[in-house]
Amino acid sequence: MTDTTDQKASAPVMEFQTYRAARNQWWDVWDQFKTHKGALFGLGFFIFMLLFVFVGPLIWTMDPQFIDIRARNAGSSLAHPLGTDQLGRDTLARMMAGGQTSIAVGLTAMLLALFLGTLIGVLAGYFRKIDGLLMRTTDLFLALPLLPLLLVIIMLYRDNLRAAFGPEGGIFVLIVVVIGATSWMQTARVVRGDVLAIKEREFVLAARSIGTPPHRMITRHLLPNVMSPIMVSATLGIANAIITESALSFLGLGFPSDFPTWGRLLFDATDWLTQNPERVIWPGLAISLTVLSVNYIGDGLRDALDPRIRGR
Amino acid sequence: MLTYTIRRLILAIPTLLFISFIIFLIVKLSPSDPTAGLPLTIPPEVREQIRQSLGVNDPILIQYFKWLKLMMWDEPLHLIEGWTGWNVAPEGGARIISYQTRSPVMDLIIQRMPQTLWVVGTSYIVGILIALPLGIISAYKQYSIFDQVGTFISMVGFSVPTFFTGVLFIVIFAVNLGWFPSVYNTTHVVTDWDSFVVQLKQIIMPVMVLGLYNASQISRYMRASMLDNLNQDYVRTARAKGLNEKVVVLVHVLRNSMIPVVTVIALNIPAVFGGAIITEQVFKVNGIGQLLIIAIQGGDVPVVQTVSFIFAVLIVLFNLLADVLYGVLDPRIRYD
Amino acid sequence: MTRTSLLLGATALVLAPAAALAERGSSGHLNIIYWQAPSTLNPYLSGGTKEVESASLILESMARFDDSGTMVPWLAESIPTVENGGVSEDLTSITWTIAEGVTWSDGSALTPADFIFTWEYCTHPEGGCAQASFFDGVSSVEAVDDRTVRVNFANSTPFPYTAFVGSESPVLQAAQFAECLGARAPECTSANFGPIGTGPFVVDEFRPNDVIELSANPNFRFPDRPYFATVTFKGGGDATAAARSVCETGEFDYAWNLQIDPTILAGMEAQGNCEVVVAFGTSVERLHLNQTNPDPALGDVRSTVAGGPHPFLTDPIVGQALSMSIDRQLLVDIGYGAGGQATCNVLPAPELYASTANDGCLVQDIPGAIALLDGAGIVDSDGDGIREYNGIPMRVLFQTSTNAVRQDAQALIKQWWAEIGVDAELRNIDASVFFGGDPASPDTFQKFYADIEMYTNNFAGVDPQAYMASWLCDDMPSPDSQWQGSNIQRFCDPAYDALVAEMAGTADLDERGRLAREMNDMLVRYSIIPLVHRGGVSAHATTLEGIRMSDWDSELWNIMDWRRAE
Repeated sequence: MTDTTDQKASAPVMEFQTYRAARNQWWDVWDQFKTHKGALFGLGFFIFMLLFVFVGPLIWTMDPQFIDIRARNAGSSLAHPLGTDQLGRDTLARMMAGGQTSIAVGLTAMLLALFLGTLIGVLAGYFRKIDGLLMRTTDLFLALPLLPLLLVIIMLYRDNLRAAFGPEGGIFVLIVVVIGATSWMQTARVVRGDVLAIKEREFVLAARSIGTPPHRMITRHLLPNVMSPIMVSATLGIANAIITESALSFLGLGFPSDFPTWGRLLFDATDWLTQNPERVIWPGLAISLTVLSVNYIGDGLRDALDPRIRGR
Repeated sequence: MLTYTIRRLILAIPTLLFISFIIFLIVKLSPSDPTAGLPLTIPPEVREQIRQSLGVNDPILIQYFKWLKLMMWDEPLHLIEGWTGWNVAPEGGARIISYQTRSPVMDLIIQRMPQTLWVVGTSYIVGILIALPLGIISAYKQYSIFDQVGTFISMVGFSVPTFFTGVLFIVIFAVNLGWFPSVYNTTHVVTDWDSFVVQLKQIIMPVMVLGLYNASQISRYMRASMLDNLNQDYVRTARAKGLNEKVVVLVHVLRNSMIPVVTVIALNIPAVFGGAIITEQVFKVNGIGQLLIIAIQGGDVPVVQTVSFIFAVLIVLFNLLADVLYGVLDPRIRYD
Repeated sequence: MTRTSLLLGATALVLAPAAALAERGSSGHLNIIYWQAPSTLNPYLSGGTKEVESASLILESMARFDDSGTMVPWLAESIPTVENGGVSEDLTSITWTIAEGVTWSDGSALTPADFIFTWEYCTHPEGGCAQASFFDGVSSVEAVDDRTVRVNFANSTPFPYTAFVGSESPVLQAAQFAECLGARAPECTSANFGPIGTGPFVVDEFRPNDVIELSANPNFRFPDRPYFATVTFKGGGDATAAARSVCETGEFDYAWNLQIDPTILAGMEAQGNCEVVVAFGTSVERLHLNQTNPDPALGDVRSTVAGGPHPFLTDPIVGQALSMSIDRQLLVDIGYGAGGQATCNVLPAPELYASTANDGCLVQDIPGAIALLDGAGIVDSDGDGIREYNGIPMRVLFQTSTNAVRQDAQALIKQWWAEIGVDAELRNIDASVFFGGDPASPDTFQKFYADIEMYTNNFAGVDPQAYMASWLCDDMPSPDSQWQGSNIQRFCDPAYDALVAEMAGTADLDERGRLAREMNDMLVRYSIIPLVHRGGVSAHATTLEGIRMSDWDSELWNIMDWRRAE
């Protein structure tokens, strides 16, 4: 058990390897991470979710798109442990298939937004010369009306992407890029605000006075100190991406309608709230608990990456 | 700081012009059609005539400059005339006309402001009022029961979308308990205590739905930022000086933790004006959010353009305000 | 869900003496919810259903269609016909007589001048009038005396009941709109938002895309009606929420266009607070099979005649197999309930025009479809589960607008087609793009950059002549016509064109029926696959009486007779 968690644990941590060089530090980080109960629990649950959606379909082999019209709107039974929807499609199979898309979209779009937001925020906060330009760009992105923008992007690029990556792959790339490219602004503004304050602190002045080059200043001194708002942005970002995806698909701007995602399952089930409440519960729980587990992992990681706390 | 503010305000004008042009391009390029919502029984030739009469087919640049002139000159004059009664607006002068309603866009926006401010504005204040104490206490008592429960609720509040919580609230409080109306009455006027109670009843559900969502987001930033600062050396120093714990936390730590929170709050205030598309739809509030979504669906370029532009002005102003506030919160931050 | 429209019609007659005792305004306040809100009250400026129906409370026309599709005189004394001399022998003019004592709500008399003005208003070249097609072929409108109006047509018109008939072409008050002709129409905001009418209600307050407050017209020609004193006409939300506000919370009395899952609606109706009413017109949900090749590789000529015929959908055997594999009744049960009937005709009503020649399609026959394809040598030659037609795998891109019911139907049809070896990729497009005419967008239904598409179409009124002329060879959308044109599936048959021409010159009703049926049969074999004859679905509170829902006219056409049960 410990072996597997061990390997998996390094996967999310890898993301931040670029910021910190020395390899032996990672054992300290892991030791600190292990002491955080919530983080361990979150990690465990997240791994369980990954297994459920990626390995689950190998065990529960029902086709999520198969319509068994006689079994429509059924409650749980042996044949359909989580019941069926209004066309008699198996909810368990759809939860698994939907989770694959939702987790993949959520993680990639969040990472993209986080990367863009952190990059722009740090650069704008640290280099005064480009601050104005970068922040006005941020204003521009904040002001763009999202829906018409999406319609334009879809119109221009859908057929090209469909030709390059296939119908589902093309839409996946499109959705991830669209969500990522339209949700980095908050992270950028928050990170910039923190960097503005931190770069006036004594330790930064000290580092600068010994001639530390800008890229080392950023990676060694600034980034570790803006970790916590970035972590919050990450957890909020993953929820935001999952929900935005469902809104896009609902508007016909996302995945084909027979292609389940958690957000869509929840949306479709909302009308059935009084007739068939369990249909709402499963996707709602899956989204909330996944976000919650990412939140705890983020908490633990932040603590583990903070040298002051680690020493305690 | 004053020179910085003035410089930024002057710089805002070309920025906004540029933004308005980009918005215009996007809105015009997006595949929409003011006749899309009409029944298919209306033949194509008639549709073409309708488009012709709306000026949809004019060259893009001409349309843009027409809009810009109306927005920058005629509409402010009408606004002044409306407020002061002075006769400054040109008689029978042109206005920005909506494609769908064939009436001035500004009138539509003014008509919808009250309900949007009531619902979205109140929910934002409620959200902040919940979020700040929640974030502060959660951070101060990290990993206590209060923190755990607060974390759980705010994560659920953020990850469950409003299209679901709204309907859930309606089913529980309007259908089963019958406490609150499920349809917002925009013509209701508050004149006395009784009508205020009616107003309170009709805004309470949308306000709670949106407030929960806002509170979740702000409280997470508040908590994280407080946690960062609680471990700083200056806190130890302050405590060592024998300062009251309350003063340490609520003055020293809080002030230093406000930067990300101020950023997020300022960033989302323009969104108050922009309304809340989904929540307004669920509760039939018909504010600015609903105006915008109907305009987008109906290819109503003047409305989308004007609302987006006002939105952009607010974003630029409030982000400037946030930058100024940084300097107040942390005097070391210098822009000059 | 119960079909009550006919029943209610009967009870309304029975109750008539009792109703006569009621007074104007005695039923108090009426709450109506339309989940799409009207954006103006001038139906000539916006032709949407919501605008037309809300305006029908205020503005009226010479005649309206009742719930059976029969024309009833409204502002007119009687319906003019050739027999009573109202329609000229050569079918080039129709003469209406205004009923006695009709006044506008401001007290002034309704005169022929108002009708003449309305015609000028809608046919003004710069006005962009949404109902211009109702005045097609009208050469002039003239006053005969101060109660008689004659509409002259340029050519012989077998069906002259277009101008001033139905809720789409009501009469406007000349005095109010005199300054609003042509390009100045949008400047008349107060007139457009508060037209003076002859109808049962007058506008107190109008908020575009939000709410209308109305009260009874004090000068209405029937002294005892309308029975309701005031009306709130609220818009916004979605269909489910509208149904909930009538059937579950009871905040509203009447909800329009409840296209939601029939199981959900039935569950709401079972609570006993509301009654679902249905009315059928001519709407048919159908599949169009692209007769031209939509292959993206063709670039600019895709989905045009220049791009060549479709690789397999032009073969009637393929169309027949696709049609046979569909269980139409199941589509009705899943998506429409009482608001739908399985149909095999693109022209399902009025009865005179409905063909019975294709009713075999009502029964699903997957083995038959498989045998048909096998027999024609269209088989799966490479073992991937998908048949090949002359070496081309039968994969289709199947598109429609975004709408929960349509997406369910898409999923079902995809599965049935998979069973006969045809693979479908589904796509749904936002309705505002799909039904928009933007020639720059690849996703409009006219451009048809897909193999198969599904949507609903119908025709206004009761005469199908213009509708059947939609599928002329010349009417195909193409780049030359900016993709305008109503022959969406690019069907072309000279024999069909000849029938259209023949119908235009035929006045005899039975003969017109035969021609229409023949054209219908040509279309449904197999460039159009009709699925469901759709009705309008609304719900009203059980305390509301007098509703006779019509899909031939505004469904609020007889609102003056609505009343609250004692």
